[in-house]
Amino acid sequence: MKWLSRTYVWVVMFFLYAPIGVLIFFSFNQSKSRSNFTGFTLDWYRKLFANEIILQSLVNTLIVAVVSSVIATVLGTAAAVGINSLKKGPRALVMNLNNLPIINPEIVTGVSLMLLFVMFKGGLGSLGLSFEFGYTTLILAHIAFNVSYVVLNVLPKLRQMDQFVYEAALDLGCSPLSAFFKVVLPEIMPGVLAGFLMAFTYSIDDFVISYFVSGPTSQTLPITIYSMTRRKVSPEINALSTIIFGVVLMVLLAVNFHGARAERAGRRRGGAAA
Amino acid sequence: MRSKYSAFAAVPYYVWMALFTVAPLAMVAVFAFTDESGAFTMEHISRVGEYTNVLVRSVWLAAIATAICLVVAYPLAYIMSRQSGAKQRTMVMLIMLPMWMNFLLRTYAWMTILEKNGLINRFFGLFGIGPFDMINTSGAVVLGMVYNYLPFMILPLYTIMVKIDDRVIEAAQDLGANPLKVAARVVLPLSVPGISTGITMVFVPAVSTFIISRMLGGGGNLLIGDLIDLQFLGNAYNPHLGSAISLVLMVIILLCMSLTNQFGGDEEREGMLV
Repeated sequence: MKWLSRTYVWVVMFFLYAPIGVLIFFSFNQSKSRSNFTGFTLDWYRKLFANEIILQSLVNTLIVAVVSSVIATVLGTAAAVGINSLKKGPRALVMNLNNLPIINPEIVTGVSLMLLFVMFKGGLGSLGLSFEFGYTTLILAHIAFNVSYVVLNVLPKLRQMDQFVYEAALDLGCSPLSAFFKVVLPEIMPGVLAGFLMAFTYSIDDFVISYFVSGPTSQTLPITIYSMTRRKVSPEINALSTIIFGVVLMVLLAVNFHGARAERAGRRRGGAAA
Repeated sequence: MRSKYSAFAAVPYYVWMALFTVAPLAMVAVFAFTDESGAFTMEHISRVGEYTNVLVRSVWLAAIATAICLVVAYPLAYIMSRQSGAKQRTMVMLIMLPMWMNFLLRTYAWMTILEKNGLINRFFGLFGIGPFDMINTSGAVVLGMVYNYLPFMILPLYTIMVKIDDRVIEAAQDLGANPLKVAARVVLPLSVPGISTGITMVFVPAVSTFIISRMLGGGGNLLIGDLIDLQFLGNAYNPHLGSAISLVLMVIILLCMSLTNQFGGDEEREGMLV
């Protein structure tokens, strides 16, 4: 049975990785062919780094991701504090609303926000103000689907927290606000960070919602990739995939390594205590 | 921490949700039932009926992809859940790694593999077989869905199965159950919440996709997502009809979710936030 399960794991892994391997392999191909390897070259990487559209869209992606996830983290953490103090009934209602963008198909979220922004544009236009699809719409739309994840990450940490710690801080003379920053925030920090990271990665990776709300001057990387795949064969995409794969691999390895070390340290500490 | 002030912390978020979650969806509903002049009409909703074949195709292809994902992921998740801690962590990382690559790139990879003079056809060509028409078929669309969303099935199943105590399985074996019986009477019932989460997480994006069908399905495999996209950003520009189709899509998904929630239980969202 052992070899059977091992073979099965390898087959699934092969299925998951073979296409990515093909992409990476052909990023070093001299000819433009996607199936015929004619010789090794790094030309596509050189062309990629000279491609201003791609570099600009990378900058756009990072700006939108940083701004939207920072705002979403602040908004969502404050929201979680408020939601945590609600009674059961209202809380269920608010959480249902909060989860709506997660449950809804992305395309529906995308077109609904597009409709909203079109109406914005019309409304402001009749007042003589101009409102164009661009950074603003992208960032607003990204916050709209990011903030739910922040709330979902922070809320459990608040619930786990010993509420008497907060009351003790108040009794000892803290104002509610400084009690929050000095006592509550450090306690829920892991949840806040996790929420921020999730918001950030979802924002970087998003295509569908950005596709409906981006303007011609604010293309993000996924949108640029999409228009590249629609045009003719371009091995620059392969080079780009290879780099993205490399970055993701390094990040995951670092996180994994860190996690393993923390666990080992925790075990050692636990052992010493026993 | 429930002070009289903390409830107010969520007020900005309530305003936010009213503006960017509720209002956009309300606009979709309004657009679906009105014409250009804003008068009430059922025309657009009834026109969705013209696309019954597209709706049926979407649900059918997404259902097949979901079933394949379940069949492939179930044994893998079980094998993963019975490994040692370090091995589990590595395997989870390996499953997540492709997920973090943009799905456009993953789909693009299959384009290059399946196309007429792609890798598979060249391989068969060596033996004088083929070429086969693989790209631009509904099979290619299902393959793209399975490839993109398989991790969404594996991870929730794994998070549920890892909680199944080894001793429970051993107890069943000691009491004389054969492997098949252990699987059917012990593992399966305990993993039902993971199954329903996995089905939702694969079916919802699969039924609403428009990229996979466009890149791998050619022109002949239009899905609901393509229809919606055509109404908002395509030549067929008609946001009223697009909104009507979006509403129908949401109803289909709600039906699917209430169906799987029947078996879901409390641990619904488990493993969703990977």
